Amino acid sequence: MTMSSVSVASSSRPGLFWFSSPQTFFPLAGKMTPWFFALAAVLGAFGLYIGFFVAPTDATQGEAYRIIFIHVPAAWMSMFLYLVMAFWAAIGLIMNTRMSSMMASAIAPTGALMTVLALVTGSLWGRPTWGTYWVWDARLTSELVLLFLYLGFLALQAAIDDPRRADRAGAVLALVGVINIPIIYFSVQWWNTLHQGSSVSLTRSPSMAATMLLGMLLMALAFWMYSIGTALHRVRSIVLEREKRAEWTRELLAQGRL
Amino acid sequence: MLSVFLQVIRRDLLLAMRQKSDVLNTLFFFVVVVTMVPLGIGPEPALLRDIAAGVVWVAALLAAILSLPRLFANDYADGTLEQMLLSAEPLSLIVLGKAAAHWLTTGLPLTIMAVAFGVVFDLDVKATTVLVVSLALGTPVLSLIGSIGAALTLGLRGGGVLTSLLVLPLYIPVLIFGAGSVGAATSGLGVTAYFLLLGAFALSAAVLTPWAVAIALRISVE
Repeated sequence: MTMSSVSVASSSRPGLFWFSSPQTFFPLAGKMTPWFFALAAVLGAFGLYIGFFVAPTDATQGEAYRIIFIHVPAAWMSMFLYLVMAFWAAIGLIMNTRMSSMMASAIAPTGALMTVLALVTGSLWGRPTWGTYWVWDARLTSELVLLFLYLGFLALQAAIDDPRRADRAGAVLALVGVINIPIIYFSVQWWNTLHQGSSVSLTRSPSMAATMLLGMLLMALAFWMYSIGTALHRVRSIVLEREKRAEWTRELLAQGRL
Repeated sequence: MLSVFLQVIRRDLLLAMRQKSDVLNTLFFFVVVVTMVPLGIGPEPALLRDIAAGVVWVAALLAAILSLPRLFANDYADGTLEQMLLSAEPLSLIVLGKAAAHWLTTGLPLTIMAVAFGVVFDLDVKATTVLVVSLALGTPVLSLIGSIGAALTLGLRGGGVLTSLLVLPLYIPVLIFGAGSVGAATSGLGVTAYFLLLGAFALSAAVLTPWAVAIALRISVE
């Protein structure tokens, strides 16, 4: 069952599970992290420059629309990261690979952060555009529920002392969440259309200036790189915390490479 | 197979009968929460009529959450749960039996008591009927999905609050269509679609959740 340890112990040749061992993944993640952060900084700088200085002022929304260069990538990442987290959690549960579960735990805080960012920037955008910080719109409500799902995952893992039990329990919860997300999304949408409270529509004019789109894509890529970089950085901390008594971490420490 | 299912229900009902206070406290909680709302909002009948279904449904959600720990906690404490895990019978079937017993001791009494709330909140006969039917269809989902949360948080510190954090977001669809059906009935729209959806939730939950609960129990007890 414990393929992670087997693959390292029985063969020194890299195979499918080569990097599923914390010992092999830890240095790899360490090498990759700075690259992702550097890419995030460069892409983010270009994206923000285009977003703030090159992209034209919106005809109807004025300058306030420029927050979408943060808002839309954050909202995309918040949803996508939940899927990635559930994917790694499922792999960890099925294959019993510790590294996958650690990856899921490392992604969760970034996902929650992106959800908060999407909600906050959205309400800051809503104030000048709709005249209110919050409406019970289907998308806003679903995003809020997504935040609850992230917080539930984090709270469950935080409450369990045994890391392996925390991994598996979190995985079950993440998978139950993934099945429920479409159901919740469509129920909220139907609930909203039935209530007809807010006539505010989030769907804006489809025509978007090419520079706006470019800025948004650059920012989305920057958010990707940032998320990968932070997840890798965080997973290294989790590995160290769990493997603090392992031989290889002591060796790294003795060599001064930590 | 069926005999195991029925035996588990029989046993849990017997245990509930022997410890009536657990069951009664949940129902009492339900009544108290619903009573607090008019005291907080004001006694205008028109306003109360509008919010009645939502209030009863939210209170039912909270009451269901509050009663979840007793699903597995006692069996876990006295070792019965380990015997269930070791049993040759399918664990998911045993879990389904336990969820059914949980519904019989919480969801069903809540549904019956909702009749009284229909009267208190001045709902007409049709709206009260819809409220009761929606609760009858929706509360099994509360027991089933809730059992996942109860299994995951088994034996943890602050399990009760944690369970509600995990489970309440998953209750949203049931709440929307449960309370929504009464709103549709009072505004003269058809309620069939709501009942069909609630029934679909209940059936899919009955098929899928026992499996997830069985996995969660093995993780928690291991």
